[in-house]
Amino acid sequence: MNALAGIGRLTLAACATTGGVLIFGLEAIARGLRGPWYPRELALQMVRIGYFSLPVVGLTAVFTGMVLALQSYVGFTRFEAPQAIPTIVVLSMTRELGPVLAGLMVAGRVGAAMAAEIGTMRVTEQIDALVTLATDPLRYLVFPRLLAGVLMLPLLVLVADVIGVLGGYLVSVYKLGFGPIEYLTRTLDHLESQDIISGLVKAAVFGFVIALMGCYQGYRSEGGAEGVGAATTRAVVTASILVLTLDYGLTEVFFAR
Amino acid sequence: MNRPLPRIRIRGLEKAFADHRVLQGLDLEVPEGCSLVVIGGSGSGKSVLLKCILGLLEADAGSILVDGEEVVGASERTLERLRLKFGMLFQGAALFDSLTVWENVAFGLLARRRLRRSEARERAIATLAEVGLGAEVAELYPAELSGGMKKRVGLARAIATEPEILFFDEPTTGLDPIMADLINRLVRHTVKRRGATAISITHDMTSVRRIADRVAMLYGGRIIWEGPITEIDHSGNPYVDQFIHGRAEGPIEVLQPAFAG
Repeated sequence: MNALAGIGRLTLAACATTGGVLIFGLEAIARGLRGPWYPRELALQMVRIGYFSLPVVGLTAVFTGMVLALQSYVGFTRFEAPQAIPTIVVLSMTRELGPVLAGLMVAGRVGAAMAAEIGTMRVTEQIDALVTLATDPLRYLVFPRLLAGVLMLPLLVLVADVIGVLGGYLVSVYKLGFGPIEYLTRTLDHLESQDIISGLVKAAVFGFVIALMGCYQGYRSEGGAEGVGAATTRAVVTASILVLTLDYGLTEVFFAR
Repeated sequence: MNRPLPRIRIRGLEKAFADHRVLQGLDLEVPEGCSLVVIGGSGSGKSVLLKCILGLLEADAGSILVDGEEVVGASERTLERLRLKFGMLFQGAALFDSLTVWENVAFGLLARRRLRRSEARERAIATLAEVGLGAEVAELYPAELSGGMKKRVGLARAIATEPEILFFDEPTTGLDPIMADLINRLVRHTVKRRGATAISITHDMTSVRRIADRVAMLYGGRIIWEGPITEIDHSGNPYVDQFIHGRAEGPIEVLQPAFAG
């Protein structure tokens, strides 16, 4: 009996949280679109998400591209098809690893920072202060972050795609004996615009989810420094899990086409 | 009989958090131009009361009329309009960490979009001068200020939009006695000079005697005594007596330590 009650409680809690997050996100979008707008806040968040995530995303991308080339060489020489390496690298980067790895990195970097900042504002009554100063926190704090996430993550992924291919190129040309021209031609030969676009759509969705979890968990945090810490952890964990599960869902959607 | 309408009239206000009933049918009236101080122990629901009036918390039952308009159950749009009348000094000042002092003070002015940034900055510096802070603090960030300065900036932010109703949440908590006296004087001066209506909450009796016209005592989720400050010393109410004299023994239940046998 107790076990069943436990399952019931967990299910209800999961439903309540999902509903809460959805309502929070939709409310923020609805109010944000109606204005007033806060361009300064938006610009600040775009710089924080886009520009300051470049080093970590770039580093991840270059090593992923390099290791992809190396590993696929091991596999594909067994089928005597090493010429497939450039295609494997570019498709894996654009369709899958660019968005997912950038998403996970940004979840750790930006999602955590958003939850900590908004959570601190919550427990120190700064959010209440915003309201008393005739400013809607959903419009002022949440909407610019959501929008910045949606706009900046695709740009980051575009950079990650290029740097990832560069990583594959470096290993293939300087270690595996590919010709430079040959590698680049083969990279572009089988690349279709849909490969890149599907990756960018994924990135936009991930950017939204990461910002949403960061804002929601921060906004709902309570109980001082400990509560803010817990909110930060929850933001990163839930955003990372959502990135991975939504990645499969979106891949299914694009696969069917 | 043509009694002026109170600016704030509260009837039967109830608010609970889970099983904890904080406000249990609270009645209170604040007349125009009056500085009312609500006293009561820690956790007695003083802050909850203020947040209910501001619509930051939604009351479970009862009525709050601000200039005759209902706050409980009001739409977000109505609340936004009503909040333009209010200014609030928060307990921890609640300054925005990411903005400079002048941007904090000018925040309400800029949010209303009636001023350009340069004009708002001038207004902010003038308001800072009112609370005794010079223009040199304008470019500092809140993290660079002492506790007393933060409170003063918080006060400047609360009055910058010239609100008709001011709330002060424990204005002197955490300050040394001299700084506390200064803040009390500023609060008193600000309220009187602007002819504003004010509700302060505190458990600091020195502060009460400095800033109050009227005093209300909150206990057990209700106002158990209310009257002019001149009557507080002979209220004839054992709860009020115990509170203003700061005694652990009396009708107000407190957890007694082991040595008190």
